[in-house]
Amino acid sequence: MHEKEKDLIDAFLRGQVDRRGLIKGLGAMGLAAGTAGTLLNLGQTRALAADFDWQAHKGKTIKLLLNKHPYADAMIADLENFKKLTGMNVVYDVFPEDVYFDKVTAALSASSPEYDAFMTGAYMTWTYGPAGWITDLNEWIKDPAKTNPNYAWDDFLPGVKSSCAWNGKPGGALGSEDAKQWCIPWAFEQNNITYNKGMFDKAGVGVPGNMDEMITTAAKLQKDIGGGVYGIGVRGSRSWATIHPGFLSAYANFNEKDLTVSADGKLAAAMNTAGSKAFHAKWVQMIQESGPKDWSTYTWYQVGTDLGAGASAMIFDADCLGYFMNGGDNKMAGKLAYAAFTANPEAKASTPNIWIWSLAMSNFSKDKDATWYFLQWASGPEHGLFGATKMDFVDPVRQSVWKDEMFREKLNKSYPGYVEMFDASAAGASIKFTAQPLFFDLTTEWAATLQKMVAKEVPVDEGLDKLAESINGQLKEAGLG
Amino acid sequence: MTAVVSQRPKPSGFRISKKVLPYVLSLPALLVCIGILIPFLTSVVYSFQRYRLSQPWARQFNWGDNYISFFTDPKFWNTLKVSLLYAGTTVVLELLLGLAIALLLQKRSTLNNFISIMLLMPLMTAPALAALMWKLMTNPGFGVLSYLASLIGLQDFRWASSPSTALFTVVLVDIWVYTPFIMILLLAGLRSLPTQPFEAAALDGVPRSFVFFRITLPMLTPYILTATLFRLLDSIQQFDIIYAMTQGGPGDTLTVFQVEAYLNFFQSTNVGRSAALMIILWAITYFLSNIFIKNWLRLRERARGQA
Repeated sequence: MHEKEKDLIDAFLRGQVDRRGLIKGLGAMGLAAGTAGTLLNLGQTRALAADFDWQAHKGKTIKLLLNKHPYADAMIADLENFKKLTGMNVVYDVFPEDVYFDKVTAALSASSPEYDAFMTGAYMTWTYGPAGWITDLNEWIKDPAKTNPNYAWDDFLPGVKSSCAWNGKPGGALGSEDAKQWCIPWAFEQNNITYNKGMFDKAGVGVPGNMDEMITTAAKLQKDIGGGVYGIGVRGSRSWATIHPGFLSAYANFNEKDLTVSADGKLAAAMNTAGSKAFHAKWVQMIQESGPKDWSTYTWYQVGTDLGAGASAMIFDADCLGYFMNGGDNKMAGKLAYAAFTANPEAKASTPNIWIWSLAMSNFSKDKDATWYFLQWASGPEHGLFGATKMDFVDPVRQSVWKDEMFREKLNKSYPGYVEMFDASAAGASIKFTAQPLFFDLTTEWAATLQKMVAKEVPVDEGLDKLAESINGQLKEAGLG
Repeated sequence: MTAVVSQRPKPSGFRISKKVLPYVLSLPALLVCIGILIPFLTSVVYSFQRYRLSQPWARQFNWGDNYISFFTDPKFWNTLKVSLLYAGTTVVLELLLGLAIALLLQKRSTLNNFISIMLLMPLMTAPALAALMWKLMTNPGFGVLSYLASLIGLQDFRWASSPSTALFTVVLVDIWVYTPFIMILLLAGLRSLPTQPFEAAALDGVPRSFVFFRITLPMLTPYILTATLFRLLDSIQQFDIIYAMTQGGPGDTLTVFQVEAYLNFFQSTNVGRSAALMIILWAITYFLSNIFIKNWLRLRERARGQA
């Protein structure tokens, strides 16, 4: 590499030159974008290797269990760089999401050493951690001999990072001092509004500013747009996944809780408070009036594809779902916009609950040190930036990536309002559930109760009282209540 | 004439005594049985434990608490009710439809043979895929069945997403997939019946309804019982169609045994409760199988006696 080019790339990697300056400079030296990219990769690999022995596990092979997802695609696209950097080999199995978590549970519960690391969500670690299936990663993160000096653990968004750390005590605060880092955040999803600009303009409505406005806006959109288009898409299947996106984000904005934790650590259901009942009534009304007709079968897939196909006017779901629906060959590509949503008119900002695609290390891995080399690379700043700028790695978990001009420009160009939406809600974004091992039992039953209320099988008040009674019984039976 | 004494090859040195031989011959079956019995017995042991994967420290024998808790759990009784209702409805309807189709196709002809092969197509579709197909066809926005329903005045028919029609919808899918199974069994039975009784009845001018109820149906009963047994065992253990279409919802409308046990294991990681549910399901299927097999054997004995 020519000295001038090398110096410029080194300056960029030291943070002395921004990305725009780098590209401008390389352009002035007569380098095409492709050549510049290759040089940058080489420079990054060199910079990574400079202060840390990345070759310590050369010749070893690790195996990953991956979910079919754009984040996994981004990692696979960059995997050759890791192999070159470390001399390690990485093999992987990719499964569709429908069966992915069953595969993880089966592999881990059988104490199988087949997979060294795998993709997971923070909620899952509330089962995997106490069961002894995954490793507390603090041991590696805090060891300077095993973690490269440029890893920048403090660069992770604090709410996201702490959401992946739990002390294992039912009801224990996420990210507490004694918390174990069960997984490393990889990329995450905030739950906000993605809407169809054309439909909003046609109906003459603005972005809803609170829950009541969301109900009226969705109803007006449904009435005015016609043609079978419904007002708002939210999930409704009989699954925990119905509770965690828009529903819990709005619920938490009213300061409502799923569970309360007493001074002696006992848990109790908190879904039947007056505030919770009022919120549930509004949510149920919104779905009955303006939700999809077959709402009770809706997963993220139907919510997203309906928006992309122009069958719904807005969604209150994962922001990245709106991101993906605004591109590709979707009918509504380029016609969608984004907004943070503050359900409670008295709240200052939105407080989205988040889903975090994370990386965890199997406790049955035969070579944990080598596995950590992969984990720190895959969650490192260089790969994060590669995924965000070259692939669809939204939402990245590192603050430095969000500050990157090229990344922000990419979003602003094709996804108007996305950056503003992110900036408006990132501070309040975290997991709003109480960490405890019965998470899936309770949220599945919560979703089933919502279904009954929407179907008018049970009134909201009665349904929530029954739900709370049942949950308290389960908590007691499990020794948690 | 000279007697030719054939030289038989000498048997090898190792001989199994007649007493031991039956045990040796049944050894492969025993090995297969062990392969089945080990997981079964493991499940029995788990079902007597308080065993959640997420709380390994609390694992202990609770000696039947899992079963006892079912008696006071309305969710369990709902599971039992839905499972039996689903199995009973699907088997009865599939039997009636399968018998009707088999009767229509009884006469051997090129067209009938072609139709019977074509009718087997749904059976070759994986039930989970069939459920997804039906999910699309019943979509209120673009589903062809929703469109057809609207033509007969059912403008807002919600298929699997409404508690009042969810059972009907999954039963419909089950019928679509499995009626051909019953049809083909009964068709084989019909075509193998002796022709003499039917020829005699025709000569005597016996009415067709009399022939059907007094000759065809009694002679076909072993086939009907076999088909019913297979379908009942399968139907009470239904998972794919229900889970793919509704995940057991809306509410608790379709939380049949398999769905409930699956969710208990894979989502809640409650191994003890999941195993207890499966053992109860096993007991129900064992009980039903016994009734059917006893009746089937009785009918076979009666048929032999008549012969």
